[in-house]
Amino acid sequence: MEIKNMQGISYRRDLCDFCGTCVAVCPHDAIELSENDLQITEKCTQCMNCVYICPVRALGGSDE
Amino acid sequence: MNKKYDIVVVGAGPAGSTAARFAAQSGASVLLLEKDREIGIPVRCAEGVGEKGLETVVKIKPHWIAQEVSGVTLISPSEDRVDVESNEMGYVLNRKIFDYELAQMAATAGADVLTRAYVHGLLFREGKVSGVKLQHLDAELEVEASIVIGADGVESRVGRWAGLKTKTSMKDMETCAQVTASHIDVDERYCQFYFSNEKYPGGYLWIFPKGNGLANVGLGLSGEYSKHKSPLACLQDFLDAKFPHASILTTVAGGVPCSPTLEQIISDGLMLVGDAAHQANPVSGGGITSGMIAAKIAGQVAGAAIADGNVSKKRLTEYVNLWNKAEGNKHKVFYKLKKFVYNLTDEELDNAARILLDMPIEKRTLVNIFKSALIKHPSLIVDIIKAFA
Repeated sequence: MEIKNMQGISYRRDLCDFCGTCVAVCPHDAIELSENDLQITEKCTQCMNCVYICPVRALGGSDE
Repeated sequence: MNKKYDIVVVGAGPAGSTAARFAAQSGASVLLLEKDREIGIPVRCAEGVGEKGLETVVKIKPHWIAQEVSGVTLISPSEDRVDVESNEMGYVLNRKIFDYELAQMAATAGADVLTRAYVHGLLFREGKVSGVKLQHLDAELEVEASIVIGADGVESRVGRWAGLKTKTSMKDMETCAQVTASHIDVDERYCQFYFSNEKYPGGYLWIFPKGNGLANVGLGLSGEYSKHKSPLACLQDFLDAKFPHASILTTVAGGVPCSPTLEQIISDGLMLVGDAAHQANPVSGGGITSGMIAAKIAGQVAGAAIADGNVSKKRLTEYVNLWNKAEGNKHKVFYKLKKFVYNLTDEELDNAARILLDMPIEKRTLVNIFKSALIKHPSLIVDIIKAFA
């Protein structure tokens, strides 16, 4: 399994459902989501909203 | 596809396709854009609707319906089951077919439709929205429009790009997981709702039957509580305990914004509809019908604004006013109710269930349910009775 680390957030594409819930709760519009990929841009402040809301735990703190 | 349209609609869910249909019927040139490869897939939805509201927007076709339901079963934390007959027919839809045909109806009305069209920004002229930037397959395109309608769902960015405040708070975001599974042996005349503040804080678990033992089984938790356990993990626990033999045909996840409608859903040359505008019912999270009611109004107002040659925010305010009158004002009351319902302890929920069970089924109406649950909160009862009146 591939884990991508972006701005201190880990992302597992194999778990991601591309639902966009993380995009909706990001206060800084830091998440770019397409049909099959997700990017966290440097606007991220590591508030962790996306990690806590992710329904399938595709996003995590990078130390997890 | 042309380079210029009167109206571009971003997102071909039920709200987007409905807005496109009504705008095209008014004579405007319309382009409907969908980022996914196929309209109707994936279905991030429990698929339940009431007949009356939906019929105001579209004539319901039998082949859209997976299962007719006559009411709901409310299940308390200690699993008392309270059947409540509804005053209207309910349907669990096949949204794959439903969404597809709504888009087809928009096309029949004259809209151009395009899939695999990923909108990633807006065009501006003199500070006002003037179109969209999109990627279609490997081509970067710009399409001009007098009005852009953002029907881009929970993950909406169209509003943000236009400077509207669209962020959803963690508390008001229901984070959900759902399976469509077979061998779900339930009474298929009812949609079932499990409530428990301990197990499903800020949300509930649902079973919506789709006929022959197939059902959508899902749950939502408020984002305030999902830090400790994901909805997918909670759902797995439920299935293991209650339906260990379920065969899972589809697994989806997603969020539902359960707040009142956003303060700003229009700007010069811009309108938001559906989940993008937070138009789902804040208590139930049901958003198909309410999104489509809003989209019908938005499509009609957009079409009329084009005919007038005036797409200013002031002109588009008509949409906001008509929406508030239709559903938006009710949603403000529902939001108060939501805060109350989701603060009930499991003991209070069990007590409310017992009061309802002592009531004959013909007296178990929504208003009476709320009265029994709200016995110590008379001002909220008054608000609710007004909203239903």
